Amino acid sequence: MFLYYFDLALRSFRSARGLTALMVLTIAMGIGASMTTLTTFRALSGDPLPGRSANVLRVQLDAGLKATFTPGKEPDTQLTRFDAETLLREKHAARQAMMAGGGVNVEPAADAPGGLKPFEATARYTSADFFPMFQTPFLYGQAWNAADDGANAPVVVLSKAFNDKLFGGANSVGRNVHADGADLRVVGVLDDWQPVPYFFDLNVGRFRKTEGMFLPFGTALERKLGFNGSLSCWGDSATPHPRELNAPCSWIQYWVEADTPADRAAYLDYLTRYSAQQHAAGRFQRDPNPRLRDVMDWLSSQHVVPEDVRLQVWLAFGFLAVCLVNTVGLLLAKCLRRSPEIGVRRALGAPRRQIFAQFLVEAGTIGLAGGVLGLAFAAFGVWCVRQGSSSRAQWVHLDATALLITFALAIGASVLAGLLPAWKACEVSPASQLKSS
Amino acid sequence: MLQLRPILSTLRRHRTAALLIVVEIALTCAIVCNAVFLISNRIDRLHFGSGVAIDELVELGTRSIGNVDDAAPGTREDLAALRALPGVRAANVMSVIPYGNQVRVSGVSMVPDQPTPTISVAMYSGDAGLPALLGLKMVAGRDFNADEVVDQATADKDDNYRYAGVIITQAVAQRLFPDGDAVGKSIYIFGNTPLRIVGIVERLVSPDPEHANQTDLYSVILPVRPTFDNGTYVLRTDPTQRDTVLKAAVAALERVNPHRVAQEHGTFEDLRGDYYRTDLSMVWLLAGVCVALLVVTAFGIVGLASFWVQQRTKMIGTRRALGATRGQILRYFQTENLLLTTAGIALGMLGAFAINQWLMTQYELPRLPLVYLPLGALALWLLGQVAVLAPARRAAALAPAHAMRGLS
Repeated sequence: MFLYYFDLALRSFRSARGLTALMVLTIAMGIGASMTTLTTFRALSGDPLPGRSANVLRVQLDAGLKATFTPGKEPDTQLTRFDAETLLREKHAARQAMMAGGGVNVEPAADAPGGLKPFEATARYTSADFFPMFQTPFLYGQAWNAADDGANAPVVVLSKAFNDKLFGGANSVGRNVHADGADLRVVGVLDDWQPVPYFFDLNVGRFRKTEGMFLPFGTALERKLGFNGSLSCWGDSATPHPRELNAPCSWIQYWVEADTPADRAAYLDYLTRYSAQQHAAGRFQRDPNPRLRDVMDWLSSQHVVPEDVRLQVWLAFGFLAVCLVNTVGLLLAKCLRRSPEIGVRRALGAPRRQIFAQFLVEAGTIGLAGGVLGLAFAAFGVWCVRQGSSSRAQWVHLDATALLITFALAIGASVLAGLLPAWKACEVSPASQLKSS
Repeated sequence: MLQLRPILSTLRRHRTAALLIVVEIALTCAIVCNAVFLISNRIDRLHFGSGVAIDELVELGTRSIGNVDDAAPGTREDLAALRALPGVRAANVMSVIPYGNQVRVSGVSMVPDQPTPTISVAMYSGDAGLPALLGLKMVAGRDFNADEVVDQATADKDDNYRYAGVIITQAVAQRLFPDGDAVGKSIYIFGNTPLRIVGIVERLVSPDPEHANQTDLYSVILPVRPTFDNGTYVLRTDPTQRDTVLKAAVAALERVNPHRVAQEHGTFEDLRGDYYRTDLSMVWLLAGVCVALLVVTAFGIVGLASFWVQQRTKMIGTRRALGATRGQILRYFQTENLLLTTAGIALGMLGAFAINQWLMTQYELPRLPLVYLPLGALALWLLGQVAVLAPARRAAALAPAHAMRGLS
């Protein structure tokens, strides 16, 4: 029966080519626009740490001045160096890492590929647990350990892209990178690893490429390497430099791992106790007000998906709605024009149910065609998005899920659009139609 | 004139189809009004003036490898080389640049020990001659004297360094000193050390303007001379010579000291273009959606009107046979369309305000100005009339005899 309806649908399309083409084109435009924006949205709101994001938590402490306290306001997103170093030393979580972004000027060796000139590389200064906590894949070698952190060891882990640039992709473990006037020994090279969004430090670029070099925090401080990212200070600072241990400045991102809800609650308790202690000691002026957010919660609290992208999704779906209303109108016109044909079919014994089914199949077929064309539009739309210069554009791409959503959306929407016309069609009374023709 | 009664009674018999057209026009009206409003907001941002001679300036930078104790002598050497280049009218080094990727923000207080600062400002710093280099217009007071400017290293040693003065923008002056006597007064940026205002420039945009209003013009200039390690070289030249000058400048820095890392370089115009790229693409996208919406709606009207003409062939034939002119048939369909569009517009205006209300809660967006209502209505009326013209003319052209013969 379904195939027969499908055949009937094709026949009816042939008899009203212009109208059918118009409907298919309308659906396709709506679907193309919706899928382009939806794909962009999905790419930017995805989980950067699949399977682990619920166990990895961002730490926030409220270390600011009492005078500038606003009730209900979110505590600072970054920690002071004193707090970060204390939490790291006290080691209350399964894993923990402090980190900050930076830039290092690298002088390639004389035998570097392509006669590379000195260049500025992006770096992340962190501690040993960074790698197991974020489960970074290693191509060569391994991470450094806690002892290296303590000793400010001159070691470095390279990203794959950086290793390709500097060593032509060879196993560089054991070789040296000449960075800002002194050597760093390569202990590991990461395999492809690209968190989108760049969740652990949104201040260095929310949708940036993975940084090139990873080295111990203490090493970077000792060598006075350059720091990037956001730095915020309060009070009248008596200390000469904001990166000093006791400077009242927050600039360090701190992440911990807690694998069970109980661990998580225990760590939050610990943060509250810690804040109370600091308050008692006179370091914190505000009441304990810590936050512990898992990755997805953290990203949504930071409104990481650009407002424009959300707006575009709404706009596209509004457009799809207009396209659908338009399709309903056209389908209705097309159905009613065929009232005599319906009258004959009904007189020959077709029950209302069958007429209804026939017109729904017809609507679905238009949806299928609209979906195919809409996919082509969406592919073009995504291509356009990728031509944009913003760093987020590079991560937008159509995948299998998008393919599935497209067809589900196209067929679902057109069947929905077909409901009303199909209902009107099966209400046609056979007698009056036969009489008038 | 034409009677509305027959039109209304016909529409009552085609309630569903009529309702669909009304809903479609309403949705289109609501979305297009808001989209056009968003476009005009973005365009305001794109046209927000910087106050600097944007098409005459280029920037480039360099960083030393490893820690250099004092980069000031090297910076003087660089500047001498840059100023000697053909086509360079002026050159200097400044801390951060408009539309660059760095911004330094600080609170400004009116009195010492003020609990919360009055406003926050973007801080620029540079040598004497910076306002002239950037093409800023001095509206009161003066530029720094050469002996008022200190090296960055000197200022960094003391957190409460007593600067010889500060230059502010007119926006800051009007906000802090509405009586217009800002020059000579003191403000507090660094703790309790007073900063005397020596000059006011008409306009200097902050490095990251966002709202396209006065707060984006809250900028100050401090009399501090950065080095190449913590600043950017800015050159003024003729607009036609920018690329040549940039290329020569990069080579000149390399000649002065090859043991350094070159930073990105470019024209101020390109920096500004990059800064507003997402806004520009949003404008195009919104405009594209508006056009697509209007086209789809127009085709919807054409489709349904054609269907109605076909369905009412007999009626048209009868009316023509009873003496109705072609013009009357034409106007019948045009009036019908006008009624439907008007209903759609009325509904759409309510929708436009509802969407605007919702957008205002989600985004920083002002209320939809009332002028959009008549403009939107006019656009949709026009669209409806244009779309219905072809089907209506086809109806008017039907020969009465042909139509009466019942070929429906």
